[in-house]
Amino acid sequence: MKILTTPKMERCIGCHSCSLACARLVHKRLSWDTAGIRIRTSGGLSTGFEARNCLACNPAPCAQACPTGAYSQRKGGGVLVRKKLCIRCGECAKACPVDAIFLDHTGEPFVCIHCSRCVQYCPHDCLEMKELEEESGTAETEEDLNS
Amino acid sequence: MIRDYFRVLTINLTTGQGNIVEVGGRNEAAGGSGLAALLFGRFGHVDKPWSEPAQPLIFTIGPLTGYFPLMSKTVCAFKSPSHNQYAESHAGGRSALALRFADLDALVITGKAGKPSCISVGSRHLAIKEVHYLWGMDVFATGKYLRNMFRGSGHRSILRIGPAGEQGSPMACINADTYRHFGRLGGGAVMGAKNLKGIVIQGDASFLLPENREYPKIFEEVHNQLTDTDMMSKYHNLGTPVNVMLLNDLKSLPVRNLQQTADPHIGGISGEKFAEAALLRNNACSGCPVGCIHIGFVRERFHDENRYLYRQVAYDHEPIFATGSMLGVLDCFEVLGIMDVVERMGLDVMSAGVALAWATEAFEKGLISEAETIVPLKFGDAERYKQAMQFLAMGTNEFYQTLGRGTMSAAGRYNGKDFACVLGQEMAGYATGEVFFASQALGFRHSHLDSAGYSFDQKPGGKNAGKAIDFLVKDEQGRVFLTSMVACLFARSVYNDELLGRCLNSVGYAELAEKMSDVSRFIQKLRWKTRIATGFDPGSVSIPKRFTEVVNWKGPIDTGYLEALREEYAKRILEMSADDERKSEEKV
Repeated sequence: MKILTTPKMERCIGCHSCSLACARLVHKRLSWDTAGIRIRTSGGLSTGFEARNCLACNPAPCAQACPTGAYSQRKGGGVLVRKKLCIRCGECAKACPVDAIFLDHTGEPFVCIHCSRCVQYCPHDCLEMKELEEESGTAETEEDLNS
Repeated sequence: MIRDYFRVLTINLTTGQGNIVEVGGRNEAAGGSGLAALLFGRFGHVDKPWSEPAQPLIFTIGPLTGYFPLMSKTVCAFKSPSHNQYAESHAGGRSALALRFADLDALVITGKAGKPSCISVGSRHLAIKEVHYLWGMDVFATGKYLRNMFRGSGHRSILRIGPAGEQGSPMACINADTYRHFGRLGGGAVMGAKNLKGIVIQGDASFLLPENREYPKIFEEVHNQLTDTDMMSKYHNLGTPVNVMLLNDLKSLPVRNLQQTADPHIGGISGEKFAEAALLRNNACSGCPVGCIHIGFVRERFHDENRYLYRQVAYDHEPIFATGSMLGVLDCFEVLGIMDVVERMGLDVMSAGVALAWATEAFEKGLISEAETIVPLKFGDAERYKQAMQFLAMGTNEFYQTLGRGTMSAAGRYNGKDFACVLGQEMAGYATGEVFFASQALGFRHSHLDSAGYSFDQKPGGKNAGKAIDFLVKDEQGRVFLTSMVACLFARSVYNDELLGRCLNSVGYAELAEKMSDVSRFIQKLRWKTRIATGFDPGSVSIPKRFTEVVNWKGPIDTGYLEALREEYAKRILEMSADDERKSEEKV
């Protein structure tokens, strides 16, 4: 089971190609927001960029918080999403410790499903799919978190 | 959002009232440059001065903005403080996608706020906030405060002005997202005249994509062309500064107020030198995987005990020419140091650099003295230029106020018109020959991006003014359509007519795709009509003597050819702007 990781965000140039690709290909939308990976600056454009994306928690607090089963635990980490079951209560976003779930103005949640479709659009190879070891809770290294 | 009309937000700063207006004409004016001219016709006043509160400050995007890569620029239009005529200035950064995701095709700002203010706009909010405490702050400090005052980090655009804009200098730019600019023709002063310190555009809407097979297919095709081939390597690798050495080799780089066209020590400010010694990182406009923005650093020792600070400064060919070769400053870090001051002050770097180059030569010739310049100006003296840039932005004395109104204003007042490097506005960084000089002097934006005159100069062939102007007019027509989409012109070799037609079709603009040729002609004409209605007389344009003294790789400038080009281009502009009644009658 692979998950999306962001190990080389120091290379990010803020082009938003990843977010736009996720919105376009996964969610069939044109948007900066309705995407599983979103890019923001650390503290303005002179400070570099950071990604907001699912770290593939296991167990996933968002899945545990979901009252209708729209979010369920993905094997290895992260969540499986069944939008038809979502009642737009927003509990998933509240439960996420790293602000990885975006709620649009109707309350619809958007989260990374670790499908890898954004990866090829990054011009600087900031993103990587990584095989997840079954025991580990997340795939991020210390270096990743510091980046 | 695909729609057959334009969704425009108008904001009157005098009343504090916003209004959503639906404007027709999508299939005639397309967007971007075309839409801007259309909106100036509706909201502008051809007979009132640029500083009248009623005059609009217009920002427009195009039908393809955000839908395809490098459709990432915004057109800003206004009556220019530089020549009091209709003008356009373009910028990248995030404003284009921010406007798209704010669900606006255009933003039109009229009126004048009672106190220094800033606008915050998104798809579901509009606020005008009084910010008197930001007045007087430089561009970077203003940006930092604004980013903390409003939400939406990463998904917004912050446009702001510095002291130059507050002072009403025609050389004031609008800074877009720290590293890009609506640089030329004084947009910053228009904001200043409206008491408008900043505009924060939050891109918080989301749109369903067209449900067809073509759109994703064409997107992939465009993306691959832009990233998999070497088509964009020039902009990706060294960036536009690659031109510094190339032009120097061609003896076509303006050096020391265009007294020279090459310098043996140019290696100190070449694109290669910047990349090797001063390049810190790259940045991109939103929606552009190329990432042509090159950011260098300036390291400054502020205490003896090895205490340093550093600053980040974006560089390109034009700023390097304007604050480097033109001022005889040939060290990349010294050049970045001057650019940093220019950025903070909110000046247009090209105008400011060329203006100080003229002032330096005037100082050397004894036409002006320290009584005017405050500090002695000398080619190569970067520290003095940093001080002079601040005087220029602040309008510290009568001399700098006059120079801030344009090099030709100062040249008229203090003598020295012969060596004022002005082609409609302060020159761009190309001394390739007669066609470029004519193209910038008469071009719509007085920009090296109006048409590829610099490229035509380098093509083999005789000196045929008619043929050269045919090329400029045709090239301008193609570029006008691109700036109506609104594409980055660096992608012009990818976005040919055939591909643009398919792009438009795939997102639902079939009629626009069908009429591209007619639409581009209409927009070209509309822009010229608007410019001329606000007072432009192409026949009165003159080209200063300094340009006739240039010697480049082709030899001396042919003054007869230059004059023929000037006359022919002026004639063609008047023809383009004329009504078609006569032609229609002929057809009947």
